[in-house]
Amino acid sequence: MNDLTGKPVYLDHAATTPMLPAAIEAMTRHLSEVGNPSSLHASGRRARRVVEEARETIAGAMSCRPGDVVFTSGGTEADNLALKGAFWSRHQADPRRRRILSTAVEHHAVLDPLMWLAEEVDAEVELLPVDRYGRLEVEALRTSIERDPGSVALVSVMWANNEVGTLQPVDEVVALASRHGIPVHTDAVQAVGNVPVDFAASGVDMLTLTGHKVGGPFGVGALVVRRELEVTAMLHGGGQERDIRSGTLDAPAIAGFAAAVEAAVKGQPEHAERIAVLRDRLVADVRRVVPDAVANGHPTLRLPGNAHLRFPGCAGDSLLMLLDARDIECSTGSACSAGIAQPSHVLIAMGMDEEDALSSLRFSLGHTSTDADVDALAAAIGPCVDRARASRQPVAR
Amino acid sequence: MAGPLKVVAAMSGGVDSAVAAARAVEAGHDVTGIHLALSRNPASYRSGARGCCTLEDAHDARRAADVIGIPFYVWDLSERFHEDVVVDFMDEYAAGRTPNPCLRCNEKIKFAAVLDRAIGLGFDAVATGHYARLRVAADGEVELHRAEDDGKDQSYVLGVLTQDQLRHSLFPLGDTPKSQVRQEAERRGLRVADKPDSHDICFVSDGDNAGWLREKLGERAPNHGGDIVDDASGEVLGHHDGTYAFTIGQRKGLRLGRPAADGKPRFVLDIEPVSGTVKVGPRAALRVGRLEASHARWCGAAPGRLMGTVQLRAHGSEHRAVVTADGDHVDVELIDPAEGIAPGQSAVVYDGTRVVGSATISATHPAGSR
Repeated sequence: MNDLTGKPVYLDHAATTPMLPAAIEAMTRHLSEVGNPSSLHASGRRARRVVEEARETIAGAMSCRPGDVVFTSGGTEADNLALKGAFWSRHQADPRRRRILSTAVEHHAVLDPLMWLAEEVDAEVELLPVDRYGRLEVEALRTSIERDPGSVALVSVMWANNEVGTLQPVDEVVALASRHGIPVHTDAVQAVGNVPVDFAASGVDMLTLTGHKVGGPFGVGALVVRRELEVTAMLHGGGQERDIRSGTLDAPAIAGFAAAVEAAVKGQPEHAERIAVLRDRLVADVRRVVPDAVANGHPTLRLPGNAHLRFPGCAGDSLLMLLDARDIECSTGSACSAGIAQPSHVLIAMGMDEEDALSSLRFSLGHTSTDADVDALAAAIGPCVDRARASRQPVAR
Repeated sequence: MAGPLKVVAAMSGGVDSAVAAARAVEAGHDVTGIHLALSRNPASYRSGARGCCTLEDAHDARRAADVIGIPFYVWDLSERFHEDVVVDFMDEYAAGRTPNPCLRCNEKIKFAAVLDRAIGLGFDAVATGHYARLRVAADGEVELHRAEDDGKDQSYVLGVLTQDQLRHSLFPLGDTPKSQVRQEAERRGLRVADKPDSHDICFVSDGDNAGWLREKLGERAPNHGGDIVDDASGEVLGHHDGTYAFTIGQRKGLRLGRPAADGKPRFVLDIEPVSGTVKVGPRAALRVGRLEASHARWCGAAPGRLMGTVQLRAHGSEHRAVVTADGDHVDVELIDPAEGIAPGQSAVVYDGTRVVGSATISATHPAGSR
């Protein structure tokens, strides 16, 4: 518990972060207004205006054209649309294009659509290896592309890893792929607002972002997709979003989303600087109490708010529970639908064994994080680690 | 146990464990709800119906914890469960015995693996929804007794618990009839109130033990087909595809072409896993007067020699008996003979309502023999 606020110490901003005041204001302003953005009358036009102004705001913040922004229900839908939609159209245009190149550390919103494409529509998915920090082995990508560039339908590499925080060499990926005219998708859900993300400068063709990770509402996100790239629709209906995404547009949520993106991108440099300092102190303070704690992920090329630590001899889910009992909230990485902590595929891909993977926890900071949060963790982590370690010793009975 | 304790409530997603958790909270304990995931891939064991480990059960347990207002976590016991319960179940059947996996689960998982982890994490006790009672005797020993509700009494499956395990256990439902527990669940707003009771083995889908075993055991040597022979004459009466499909006392599914000479039904009397021979005979030959058992587990001190009762099945009746314990070996003279008792079943020994302990039946002897 935070002594000042009486609220839990929330160290799970990578899961979701509180809405920014500007986003709450923008969203609630429109909640009481009637109007379907597709209607032709005055109320419809007013709602449409809200959506289009939001689109322009996001385009400004992301350095893309407003027409590149396709609103979705969030990151998962945007990833599905990018991968399935682009594979479909590229494969239709040239049946030789069967390969999709990605990394072993992608989020499940990328991995699972890829597995589906492999199983159901005969795509050939190659998950390229990463180094021990979780960063793509660019040479492996080069070799894979150059083996047969004409057979590559697309490349998808996340901007920043959601678990260990490592940034990916997206510029190098684009350099390799664009030489052969291969489109590149990047899941930038964790990156936007935390590191500079410039769609135009990056050279990627498709980019996923979502509202609730940048201080916007749940249930809204976008795929930024270059208009020149043909993407087959996955959700069919009214064709509201450039005919590649259907569904009535949620004007209030879109307004809140745009306000959050604008504020997060504008404030990114100061935000990143502040929480990187806080994050470094968190790691140092924890390691002062638990000297054998190991920081996972890249030491410098990483998200500013992410601290991913391995506590040797602890079961991560035990440690999470013990911290939770002291109102300190963090994450084990991934859990199955029943709620069982699973050995992270990211850590396994980084070369960790199952036991080490299961002894790691993610602490992620965000715009509401304070020194008091780090102090509370530093005070609690020692006894919790001792307890978690003791619980691993079998009791004679 | 007295005073407010830090308690782990094992919540299956059913009505009993939900009410047990709620009562533990009401008794002033600091309660954390735990659902045990017994399979890494939770949909793989049984779907839809009540069991230990479906996604639906995890969901129901979580919702019950929400309503009660306690923290809730899922603990992954899948590896231990597979090794200690599922593999044990298969091995026992492969060896021609008839095990009760619920006792094994209580012995190895719920009151061992879970309790170990809970105590390590700073908890004092595990609470479950079992219908059984705990009493503290004058000498301070914790005694396990049958539940108030005879029809729901589950002390049989707890007969494997040791004194140390009992000292760290809470059974908040022991004094209450089941019907009252359902009403209480409804009153407390626990949606699980209308769920049916679970009876079958949780990791076997559709209650089809033979089908499950056929699939899992596959071509394991002791389960090849064999002869069905008349126990008295030695005459071969038929053939079967695997001994796992039979239990002692079974009458149905023998598919013998010819009726017995006396026209009366025939029952499985014995299973020889190595040769694959299944022996059948008349009902009278099923009567058992004496049992030998091993793998003894006592709730307190070993009894030596005791005039008491034994229960031989989860919902079986009581048999008066003279029980003699000698180390790990237990000899049971049944005053009231039993019928169709198979090696592998557990004999739970009672002194009145008190559970003395349990042992796994290793051999049976006909009534009247000494």
